Amino acid sequence: MSVLTIERKVLEKNDDVARRNRELFAQHKLFVINLVSSPGSGKTSLLEQTLKHLNGSLRIAVVEGDVQTDFDAQRVAKFNVPVVQIVTNGGCHLEAKLVHDALANFDLKKVDLLVIENVGNLVCPANYDLGEAMKVVVVSTTEGDDKPLKYPGMFHHASVLIVNKIDLVPYVNSNPEVIKQNALRINPALKIFETSCTTTKGIPEWCEWLRSQTKVRDGSK
Amino acid sequence: MHELSIAENIVEIIHQHVDEDRLRDVRAVGVKVGTYSGVVADSLEFSYQAITAATPLEQSFLALEQISFVVECEECNQKLINDDGVTQCSSCGSFKTKIISGRELQVKDIELEDVKKELV
Ligand SMILES: Nc1nc2c(ncn2[C@@H]2O[C@H](COP(=O)(O)OP(=O)(O)OP(=O)(O)O)[C@@H](O)[C@H]2O)c(=O)[nH]1
Ligand SMILES: [Mg+2]
Ligand SMILES: [Zn+2]
Repeated sequence: MSVLTIERKVLEKNDDVARRNRELFAQHKLFVINLVSSPGSGKTSLLEQTLKHLNGSLRIAVVEGDVQTDFDAQRVAKFNVPVVQIVTNGGCHLEAKLVHDALANFDLKKVDLLVIENVGNLVCPANYDLGEAMKVVVVSTTEGDDKPLKYPGMFHHASVLIVNKIDLVPYVNSNPEVIKQNALRINPALKIFETSCTTTKGIPEWCEWLRSQTKVRDGSK
Repeated sequence: MHELSIAENIVEIIHQHVDEDRLRDVRAVGVKVGTYSGVVADSLEFSYQAITAATPLEQSFLALEQISFVVECEECNQKLINDDGVTQCSSCGSFKTKIISGRELQVKDIELEDVKKELV
């Protein structure tokens, strides 16, 4: 027997494309977030509220990822922003190459903020870099406060946590403080917002932060 | 889950390192799998067997090495195996920790059967 020692990252092909995406984003001074959550936590709703709040002051483009249908892209298109739907046909996450191909549909010079809504899945998207500046993970109050402890992988990789559906706290057995504490045990560096997409509570704070991030990276536009 | 596409990536990497006429000699393919690599070991092995069946790699198999989630505490300098994914130091309670391992997904090495001498 002979042994070849190789030490190669299995996902290096994805990482290479992600690096190219990141270079492209830097070149166009584009701030890019990758929105992740379990199915139905409110990613598209948060995006709708964000577009309502920031449209006009920031030029936003959206990439939607779903296993099937273009429903989410239709919801976003109502805000008259450029949007591309990626249908993964069973795929449980977006990959950098899919995002790279989708970028051809945008005039990146005319975009300040790109939001990528990943497939609703709290496991797989964690390990696929898309070239984004950061992952934003959404957890809603109806999912059980132990979510961060059950799915630590995603929380290791995220920079921001949004605790959504806080309007439902009186009706479900949830304590947002517990969700936050659990998440911080996994990743103490998380920046946290609490939001409701029905009452819009917390949306202005989230949007102002997003705007400040976009500006910081983009003094010249 | 995406173990099938992970298995395809592994096959591609093997092809990049082993000449075509030696693919039949590949045996154990060493892969490091971190607790938080997002990959389920059984499912990855099954996927690999499925896609290499009836190919020159059919006699090869994955030798998975599970890598624990380890954090190093910057306050008390201990290294802790926290396979529950918590980064908080379980010894002193500090949040100032660094993730040392547990997220890797890497092809480590490829074992090849030596070429048999033709009988004269
Ligand atoms: N009460 C309440 N309902 C919400 C809130 N945010 C979202 N919802 C509802 O939750 C459901 C799912 O919301 P979506 O925005 O489609 O969730 P999603 O994460 O985009 O779902 P997928 O893309 O399918 O993973 C919808 O019925 C929303 O109206 C909220 O803050 N409060
Ligand atoms: Mg959605
Ligand atoms: Zn410690």
